[in-house]
Amino acid sequence: MWKWLHPYANPEVSYHFAGRMLPWLSALAALFLSIGIVWALAFAPADYQQGDSFRIFYLHVPAASLSMGIYLGMAIAAFTSMVWQFKLADASAAAMAPVGAVFTAIALFTGAAWGKPMWGTWWIWDARLTSELILLFLYLGVIALHSAFEDKNLAGKAAGILTLVGVINLPIIKYSVEWWNTLHQGSTISKLGKPSMTADMLWPFLFCFIGFILLVTLVICIRFRSEVLSRNSIRPWVRTLVSTQLAATEK
Amino acid sequence: MNQPKTPHNLSYRSVFSLVLKRDLTIALRHKDDIINPILFFIIVVTLFPLGIGPEAQTLSRIAPGIIWVAALLATLLSLDRLFKSDHSDGSLEQMLLSPQPIFILVLAKIVAHWIITGLPLILIAPLLAVLLHFNEQSYGALMLTLLLGTPVLSLLGAIGVALTVGIKKGGVLLSLLVLPLYIPVLIFATSAIDTAALGLPYSGQLAIIAALFFGSLTLAPFAVGAALKVSTN
Amino acid sequence: MYRNKKRELIPLSATNTDNVNVDSTPIESEQVNMPPPLLSATNLTCIREERLLFDQLTIAINAGDIVQVEGPNGSGKTSLLRILAGLSQPYEGEVLFNEHAIATCREEFHQHLLYLGHLPGVKGEMSAQENLAFNLALHGASDKSINTEATLAEVNLTGFEDSLASHLSAGQHRRISLARLYQSNARIWILDEPFTAIDKQGVHALEQLFKAHIAKGGCVVLTTHQDLLTFSEQQVKKITLDYTFDSYDE
Repeated sequence: MWKWLHPYANPEVSYHFAGRMLPWLSALAALFLSIGIVWALAFAPADYQQGDSFRIFYLHVPAASLSMGIYLGMAIAAFTSMVWQFKLADASAAAMAPVGAVFTAIALFTGAAWGKPMWGTWWIWDARLTSELILLFLYLGVIALHSAFEDKNLAGKAAGILTLVGVINLPIIKYSVEWWNTLHQGSTISKLGKPSMTADMLWPFLFCFIGFILLVTLVICIRFRSEVLSRNSIRPWVRTLVSTQLAATEK
Repeated sequence: MNQPKTPHNLSYRSVFSLVLKRDLTIALRHKDDIINPILFFIIVVTLFPLGIGPEAQTLSRIAPGIIWVAALLATLLSLDRLFKSDHSDGSLEQMLLSPQPIFILVLAKIVAHWIITGLPLILIAPLLAVLLHFNEQSYGALMLTLLLGTPVLSLLGAIGVALTVGIKKGGVLLSLLVLPLYIPVLIFATSAIDTAALGLPYSGQLAIIAALFFGSLTLAPFAVGAALKVSTN
Repeated sequence: MYRNKKRELIPLSATNTDNVNVDSTPIESEQVNMPPPLLSATNLTCIREERLLFDQLTIAINAGDIVQVEGPNGSGKTSLLRILAGLSQPYEGEVLFNEHAIATCREEFHQHLLYLGHLPGVKGEMSAQENLAFNLALHGASDKSINTEATLAEVNLTGFEDSLASHLSAGQHRRISLARLYQSNARIWILDEPFTAIDKQGVHALEQLFKAHIAKGGCVVLTTHQDLLTFSEQQVKKITLDYTFDSYDE
């Protein structure tokens, strides 16, 4: 009965809603990112120890937190889909997975690039970098499982179960990696630890961070729309939409 | 509504032993499934001295990692048999359609899998430890971590197989899904063995592996049940 | 409530006869002075690989019914049976057993259900007798009271009781799985192509078994390519699934 209560979380409505969000999101993301990046790269003071190489922090930290945040978002979507049979949640989880994987990869690359001047080597088995790497594996697993199923509905369910298993394991993995790291590295303090930030570093960082959040939301919205379309390709509204678009391009 | 006579309902224990007995019978009549993972385990372990060099000191330092990684891979190799043949001949859907709780059915199958693959690994491991010049103090730790850790491998692996059993080329995908989940067990097990080699107490690591065991014992069968429903859909 | 719902799907003609009503109201037992249907389905919609197999299908199956699902290959017969058995989830709609959604009473429903699909569920490593005994025990028959040898004799497998199933033919596998019908307490039988690889005599025996089953207040839902010979036209209720391939490429 409950199923009929929420008026179907209508795919058409959410498709158009996401469409209306796009211009706002892109304008805001462009605004915040341009302010944040220019400020961070050109005007914010250099770190007294690390010099200008510190500036990669403005990209690395937002990417790393977003990579975790998006996984959490996927897990919430998977849970919603499983408990309330809410089909759009699967579409949104599917929209999020590749974005999260890309941001995990960005966090890894920027971490490595930061590591080169800091540690003198591209890769070090630092606890955070290692957990990012494992997070990337978890993302790739979800994406691979999703694409292995031909039926999108089943793919969403299977990927959802894996995401939930992953989200339970993630803290355990993170904890075990941190523990392993302290065990083997002893006194080496992670250079990626929280630096004490002064206000003139904090503001550009906040702009960058919010800008990246907006950018991620924007990309997820775009992907969500295409997921909704491909999952509803037999619905009349999708067909009218496609045919009007086709007619418009032919003119 | 006139109810027909309800069929005799089995107790959880008899359902469990029914499925366990069936899986063990099948495995014993199809011995390749038991022998091949063990052979794989032995061969992988013997490759390492050939690749690294026979110095006793180096080998004994990396031996815990070698044995555990080989155990992970051997378990991974054997996971397929857990649901694959049952899925392809239709017995899996009959099990899901039986009036028995899925939790019990799944648990029985996982226990059978562990008896068939995990237990032989544990029995053969000390022998391989000798080949790797294992530190004498750490044999106990090796056995205890394998005893507590291999069931976790079977339980977590079952989730991966249940998700991929309906997919035609699920083999490679399975390793991508399952191996990251195995990392905590690997870390704590090898660390327990290393600690034991130093003559220090390793009960902390064992306690964590035990926690992982009980956690996966209670949660994994539910995830497996949900995944099997998707795979047989 | 769901009748107010916007009908978004392209309506497909799931042609209907007898008690298969596509656009009917949900069954309300207070109004009709009849026992509620044993198994019913409301507004089932099934989509497989972006193809609409059937749309808004409503079915009521009563005690004593024998229902034949018809339709060309790929029209969703197996999908419908699997949805009715609870193996697959419909895209929309739900299946009710005794007016309860089957998801909410899984174990009770399964006690009353016997589903035989395309795959016989027979393990090659076990003998015919062991296979039957396991399947019966799993589905709740007390294993000691049942004579598996006699049951296998019913499906003409005398002499094969102890042969490993891997040495038997596909038809014999099917007969091992069909043997369960002779010992079944389940009221609902859902059978996907039960006559495949079964000879004429065997088909006749099965039809007699179906007759006895519906006389006892059970019901049978099946798909088959051949007609049921010993049943009259009126006895067999039919669900016809039309095959409409919906493509928007053109």
